[in-house]
Amino acid sequence: MYLTYRGACMPETTGLVQSLVRKYGARRENILPILQDIVEKNHYLTEKSMRELAKALDISAAEVYGTASFYSFLDTQPRGENVIRICKTITCYMKGKDDIIKAIEERLNIKLGETTSDGKFSFLAANCIGWCHEGPAMLINNKVYTKLTPKKVVQIINEYYDNGR
Amino acid sequence: MVKVKINDMPVAVDPGTTILEAAKKLGIKIPTLCYHKDLCIAGNCRVCLVEVKNQRTLQASCATPVFEGMEVHTNTLMVRNARKMVIELLLSEHRNDCLKCYKNGQCELQNLANEYRIEERTLLDLSIDKHIDRSSTSIEKDDSKCIRCQRCVRTCEGLQQVSALTVANKGREMKIATFMENPLSEVVCTNCGQCVNRCPTGALIERNYIEEVWEAIDNPEKHVVVQTAPAVRIALGEELGFDPGTRVTKRMVTALKRIGFDKVFDTDFTADLTIMEEGTELLTRLKKALVDKEKVALPMFTSCSPGWVKYLEHEFSAYLDNLSTCKSPQQMFGPLAKTYYAEKAGIDPKDIVVVSVMPCTAKKFESQRPEMKDSGFTDVDIVLTTRELARMIKQAGNDFRTMEETEYDSLLGTSSGAGVIFGATGGVMEAALRTAYEIVTGREVPFENLNIMPIRGMEGIREATIKIEGCTSEWAFLEGVELKVAVAHGLKNARQVMKQVEAGKSPYHFVEVMACPGGCLGGGGQPIPTNPDVRQKRAAAIYEEDMDMPIRKSHENPEIQQIYRDFLEKPLGEKSHHLLHTHYTHREKT
Amino acid sequence: MVIDRKEKVKRLQDLQKKVDQIFRDVDYRPILDKMQTMSPEEIIQSITDSGLRGRGGAGFPTGLKWKYAAAEKSDVKYVICNADEGEPGTFKDRQILEKEAKKVFTGMTLCARAIGARHGFIYLRGEYNYLKAELLERLERFHQALKERQIDFKIQFRSGSGAYVCGEETALIESMEGRRGEPRNKPPYPITDGYMGKPTVVNNVETLVYCTMIIELGHEKFKALGTKDSAGAKVFSVSGDADVEGIYELELGMTIQEFVDLFGDGDTKAVQVGGSSGHCVPRKLFDSTIIGFEGVPTGGSMMLFNSTRSMYHVLHNYLDFFAEESCGQCTPCRVGCQQLLKGIEAIKKREREPEYLEELKKLARNMKISAKCGLGQSVANPFLSITENFREEIIF
Repeated sequence: MYLTYRGACMPETTGLVQSLVRKYGARRENILPILQDIVEKNHYLTEKSMRELAKALDISAAEVYGTASFYSFLDTQPRGENVIRICKTITCYMKGKDDIIKAIEERLNIKLGETTSDGKFSFLAANCIGWCHEGPAMLINNKVYTKLTPKKVVQIINEYYDNGR
Repeated sequence: MVKVKINDMPVAVDPGTTILEAAKKLGIKIPTLCYHKDLCIAGNCRVCLVEVKNQRTLQASCATPVFEGMEVHTNTLMVRNARKMVIELLLSEHRNDCLKCYKNGQCELQNLANEYRIEERTLLDLSIDKHIDRSSTSIEKDDSKCIRCQRCVRTCEGLQQVSALTVANKGREMKIATFMENPLSEVVCTNCGQCVNRCPTGALIERNYIEEVWEAIDNPEKHVVVQTAPAVRIALGEELGFDPGTRVTKRMVTALKRIGFDKVFDTDFTADLTIMEEGTELLTRLKKALVDKEKVALPMFTSCSPGWVKYLEHEFSAYLDNLSTCKSPQQMFGPLAKTYYAEKAGIDPKDIVVVSVMPCTAKKFESQRPEMKDSGFTDVDIVLTTRELARMIKQAGNDFRTMEETEYDSLLGTSSGAGVIFGATGGVMEAALRTAYEIVTGREVPFENLNIMPIRGMEGIREATIKIEGCTSEWAFLEGVELKVAVAHGLKNARQVMKQVEAGKSPYHFVEVMACPGGCLGGGGQPIPTNPDVRQKRAAAIYEEDMDMPIRKSHENPEIQQIYRDFLEKPLGEKSHHLLHTHYTHREKT
Repeated sequence: MVIDRKEKVKRLQDLQKKVDQIFRDVDYRPILDKMQTMSPEEIIQSITDSGLRGRGGAGFPTGLKWKYAAAEKSDVKYVICNADEGEPGTFKDRQILEKEAKKVFTGMTLCARAIGARHGFIYLRGEYNYLKAELLERLERFHQALKERQIDFKIQFRSGSGAYVCGEETALIESMEGRRGEPRNKPPYPITDGYMGKPTVVNNVETLVYCTMIIELGHEKFKALGTKDSAGAKVFSVSGDADVEGIYELELGMTIQEFVDLFGDGDTKAVQVGGSSGHCVPRKLFDSTIIGFEGVPTGGSMMLFNSTRSMYHVLHNYLDFFAEESCGQCTPCRVGCQQLLKGIEAIKKREREPEYLEELKKLARNMKISAKCGLGQSVANPFLSITENFREEIIF
């Protein structure tokens, strides 16, 4: 479904996992905040980070993987620096999300589900993000952009490149 | 007591009882799929739905506790329609390949479909293409037949606490997976096969080697010998028309002869041999600790369960020295067949094929471990499960029920009662104590009929303390020592014992660990279904067989005495070290 | 009735003024002070007398929930604010949190006092991460106010990570316990066996704010609005083919016709009440359908479709949503959603005869009574309402 993106370089995780486990506590109920923080930093969960976390919590890597893979935002596949999630639910569709998708695909030269070769952007779809009255809407990492038009979305992407984000 | 009505019939049950259990009390059988006596309640397949008065939705009877005055109906039109729909949905998700499937005729989904006469397939076919993981030598996983009841995950995670299998993704992508979908051979799977025992369809089965065995038997140049594990003889009957707990030992030997094996030997023989070697090893370690005051790895753990060995190698890799260096009985047999037996029979070992019939799936992996080649050849060539043997017996066209009885072939075929109890949890410990105690004190173990009851039973971890008194002069250093032993079965309990060792708080000298609940009699290769009741019956049969044996202690086995006299010289001697002992491998924890 | 936009906006303002509870500028601290003069029983009585029912969509009587939780004997209890708003078309909790966070915290504190809890959590959906920093700041000041009044209650945030089903209370608790968000078997219910096995009350953001209002203004003020079965006001999030979109606090009990007159663009063909898991009401039933628990309930989501919209496309979008967001554990939902989705596709492509639709409806009705949780049980709502009222659009 998407090109396997190897990543410009594998993110360093050992110190990160250890420090997060210390921060939140080595207990199963803290697994989600820890995974969320790893994704916040590295944009996805590497095999290594999941193994390390498993060791720290005294559970198997499969358990970490099984839990993480349930959540759409805890990617276990490599992602770029900036993850675009365009809302594909009905009202955003009605407001023209297909045109936005086309515009993004053209600007970034990738298809929905893929990552740019420079590792800058991953382009995914998400379900209702709570901006139905201002659609089409999308998230880029934790930032939300609404009332999108094909022109506006290209502008937004250009800004990311210009500002070196 | 809580009073309820099921199908207008009253019944009183303890509070907390589920509708399913209450119905059983009335002799009402509600169909189930994800429910299993050994596992935590899931309530996800929705096959066991029933109507409860005043409730808008149907309730899963396996997961719903009764309340005072509850009125349940298990077979109304609404229930039947819902049940039929659930089964149809499952069939639509399942790659229907029944005629070619290993579980044809033994599949729970098939049985349900049959019971409910699912004739016309109205729904769309949602099944995926064949997607089989054959990377493991022991277990085969076919995602296209999975109905996502999660029994395997509840087994691996809940019962065994290994968690090699997990539930991944959600929605239509939800599936049973390994870590990052890695092949089974590359994750912490211990090959215990408990998941295979509980899978209702053909999604998880053992790797099959029946054709390879037929090929060897058919080959006139090959001399094919077979060894049978203790736990096979009391369970094989279940696949061939007998009740659980029926002893079919000598019938089995006949069947094996008729299948065409050149020699039918008994793993119980090498079980006795294991006792000789391991008993001596334990006493040697104790001497090193108590007399030489050397640092010695204690407690010593038994090493005949390959599932347990792989588990230790992954999870507690720092404690490999605690494992006995003895190979398992299966793996002691292999090199002896290709050296001792080959010599005595005048056969070129390169023409000998060693087949073993085991209650176990991990033994398949064990036989292919790279270090298991001490005879100069692969010591054990092919491993079959009890289930595969039953299939071969049927394929050979033999009527098992009317077969006569035959004795095992001699040289590697005589065994003691101590050898046969290896099949039950606590058996290895009991066998070892029967011999070790006598070696050290010159007297028999002080238990009636040599039955060491305190270490028998199905409790997860059992322990015993034996005071050693009245030692012979050679063993005087053990005088007054309170030998502390423990028996654990099921990897969840093994984990508990190891956690204690890790914490430096283990009080034991010797611990027997079996990966499978019940010991080998509950192994991953045993007839399906498995449940506490069946395992109880199998255990009773094992102890019965032990009582009926003319010889009850390993060291009194004449063929054991012979092999030391003629070949091995003495326990832990040079030949033993070369052929009967092994080393272990550090593996990744996750 | 065609009303021009300006007139609509004025009418809406009037209607909102009649309610005007949640978004008023009101200091929460006197409400905390008032709370301290009330016993837990008095608080619960007030909430019960108001007739408030859960505002997340499920509609369980709030007073009753608090009463049961209060009766549980445990030294540790929890209050969880369900801010996992994920129902398509719902965005009112986001606004409430953005504008009235302290009223939410106050509501949680009221619950804590009523049931005897010292710990609270807010489970905020991952898609609203950008609210977190601001909310944490406000929370810190709120904790200060609690400290000043020696109120022993601490609130923590937990984030979701993109899973609609975690809005279901037991799935939410599973997620908080570090597991997959798979709904549990009920009974036991969270009020006896909730987070970490302790008695837990899970309430929607809006429900908690209304609790705050009920204690501030008295339960009569709340009860005076709405109808007998649907007491009080509700925050609606309106989107789609509407002249006026956005968040509006209005009385419950309106007919859909009245609603469409206020919000529609003059060509409203259907109104989806309650999001993807709600009912799709066709034009011919606007007059006779009430927005409330006695008619079609909603968690707030109101989506309007005009005659240019294909109801096939709408239904397809909903079913695709469910097939993706289902937790996947139970057969009726996991496989049923796929069968319904692929089923309508097959009919459209003539791979199945139109009569196959009747099979699908049967399937949907069965899912309604067989699925393990509300998600699977609700798929029948949009499916049956759309296939029954817009049959031609599905088939042709």
